Amino acid sequence: MDFGFSEDQELLRDSARKFLDAECPATFVRKMMEDDSAHATELWKKAAELGWMGILIPEENGGIGGSFLDLVVVMEEMGRSLMPGPFLATVLLGSAAVLAGGSDEQKDAILPKVAAGEWVMTLAQAEKSGRYDAGGIGMPATARGGDFVLSGEKLFVPDAHVADQMVVAARTGSPSAPEDGITLFLVDAKSPGVEITQLKTVDMTRRQCHVAFQDVAVAGSQVIGEVGRGWPILQRVLDQAIAGLCTEMVGTGQQALDMAVEYAKERVQFGKPIGSFQAVKHKCVDMMVQVENARSLTYYAAWTVDENVDEASQAVPMAKAYCSDMCKTVTSEAIQVHGGIGFTWEHDMHLFYRRGLASEAAFGSAPTHREVVAQTLDL
Amino acid sequence: MDFDYSHQEESFRQELRAWLEANPADNYDPESFEMIDPEARFQIKFDWQKKLHGAGWVGIHWPREYGGRGATILEQTIYQQEMARVHAPGLANPLGISLVGPTLMHWGTEEQKARFVPRILSAEELWCQGYSEPGSGSDLASLQTRAVDAGDDFVVNGQKVWTSFAHKADYCILVARTDSDAPKHQGLSYLLVDMHAPGVTVRPLVQISGDAEFNEVFFEDVRVPKANLVGERNNGWQVAITTLMFERANFGMVYNLEPLLDRLKAGLKDLEVNGQPAAADPEVRQKLAAFHVEIQALKFNGYRQLTQQLRGNPPGPEGSISKLAGSELYIRMAHFAMELLGPYSQCALGEDQGIDNGFWARRALGSRLYTIAGGTSEIMRNIVGERVLRLPKG
Repeated sequence: MDFGFSEDQELLRDSARKFLDAECPATFVRKMMEDDSAHATELWKKAAELGWMGILIPEENGGIGGSFLDLVVVMEEMGRSLMPGPFLATVLLGSAAVLAGGSDEQKDAILPKVAAGEWVMTLAQAEKSGRYDAGGIGMPATARGGDFVLSGEKLFVPDAHVADQMVVAARTGSPSAPEDGITLFLVDAKSPGVEITQLKTVDMTRRQCHVAFQDVAVAGSQVIGEVGRGWPILQRVLDQAIAGLCTEMVGTGQQALDMAVEYAKERVQFGKPIGSFQAVKHKCVDMMVQVENARSLTYYAAWTVDENVDEASQAVPMAKAYCSDMCKTVTSEAIQVHGGIGFTWEHDMHLFYRRGLASEAAFGSAPTHREVVAQTLDL
Repeated sequence: MDFDYSHQEESFRQELRAWLEANPADNYDPESFEMIDPEARFQIKFDWQKKLHGAGWVGIHWPREYGGRGATILEQTIYQQEMARVHAPGLANPLGISLVGPTLMHWGTEEQKARFVPRILSAEELWCQGYSEPGSGSDLASLQTRAVDAGDDFVVNGQKVWTSFAHKADYCILVARTDSDAPKHQGLSYLLVDMHAPGVTVRPLVQISGDAEFNEVFFEDVRVPKANLVGERNNGWQVAITTLMFERANFGMVYNLEPLLDRLKAGLKDLEVNGQPAAADPEVRQKLAAFHVEIQALKFNGYRQLTQQLRGNPPGPEGSISKLAGSELYIRMAHFAMELLGPYSQCALGEDQGIDNGFWARRALGSRLYTIAGGTSEIMRNIVGERVLRLPKG
């Protein structure tokens, strides 16, 4: 029994924090928020040199062959720093799909480029319905000989505007169950007929896009896994991505709590630091309780994903349900502790709140995941 | 990370499980336990402790020299899990086992340890805790019970309140003021008081639930030998805090909450909400899932805490949360069950028209125990805010 990180992982955490403190301060995050793409190629290269894009990628594909828990440690620090850009999209969506279901040829062609920081990837899953379950995937892929033609729209596609390759989930068969007949395709983002438009969202440190596919031809060799059998691969990818996102949310929530507590120690009203008043002190404790609960659920979910055990089907939605509420609430309460200054554009706290709102919305919000948990309880 | 128990820990579990199967508590039925007469309930707990003690299954975390097993932290966890699994009754001397013994092992003289400690696990001497007073609850250090130097003895006068099990106790750990001129934390002493001594009067108080397990205790010129002073005179606050730490650590709420949620789930089968089976109602499903998630969070907080202990590190913030969050979750679960039961929620123990024999009504009425006893939630928030988050004192 050991529910903690290893010494090496704690060292990795320290070095990730130092790197991000230096390379990704709030001033940088704000710059990226106003940037055309929110993708800083220099930061991307440096992160690749540290091996971050290749943590999950085996050594034979140019990665460092680390564990999911190694990645978790780094992502918690990314959440703390609100690191902008397409890391989650690339590592936990696009290349994760190739890792989970790709052929050896696909892995050889793609993973070394991801590990080296040369390629950005993403996953196009959600559509107008805003659903992240199998039933939300409706866009058709029509077979033409051994190849396919994609037509339709995808929404809330993370970082598609800077992606080199997209993994696209589409329907290739009329299903008896929603999980059947889903196929994953590797699509070059520059393919004729692909039109990518950035969305205006609350968290501009990490962009999302509308992607239109107009008769986009995709070779049969670009199918990941088997035709019609994409959902189990996608489910594994989503478990990883959600666990990773939860880790970021823990980092984001912790940083907002730390900032609120520091402010409560310094800010004086009625002749005393406001943190000495129980109304403020108790609020901070309630925030801490939520952060710690979220941390425990998230580390456990990450462990189930790392071990690839059945418990992940309950542990991951548990973490997402709780972290969604936690991150939104804690960052919002941190604004409250700051009072008027927290409500200004100038203060950084709204950046955390914005990230919290965006993270809550990604891959299904809390009630959706609670219902998944309910289904595991044999009610 | 690794969630497996070692071979040794698993064989500990098997040994305990086999023993529990072969040696159930006598005259005990978990379903009817709450309905029987309090004296009979006490007898069952007393007999159960004796039976466990005979096989060395009481106070397993105590060192071997004091009759324990020197159980590791994980063995203690397994012990709690297995006891919860068979819905085992409580013990007759819970405060002795979890508070008095460990406090005496830490602060007691060799004579005190030899005299008092061995009789705790065997239930030969039962203990109560004389802390709160009518005028001193959360502000415990303001207490007014006085112990005056009288040669070989102290003479104690004053009143304690909310004293659980005083009506059964042979001894009391008593915090009394020995220096009225010193600042409030520095004039207290920690005494071991014979509850059968002349001048001790116990008056039962009936609790919100209708049970009478706690009491008022009056001390009128009670003589306490100086040999029963624990720690130094006027240093009783330090000793009292040690006891409190054992008390708060003892609120292993999660072991109560898991079976409680199981009970709530099982009860759904017979209930309807707005004309639909309760289990199909979206709000019910959301609430039960949320309870499950919170209970699991507390469980994994506990595992993180265990890991810190096993690695020899000081406890992290996760350790401070268990009592605070668990006690408040308990209340929300009880209240939600009451909502679901509709008018039947009002039916008390023994009411034939009821459908749960007053189970949830008793839980709702009793649920405030945990947010008050051993430090109210408000005091716990102050402690966490000041000690963990390092926020300034008010």
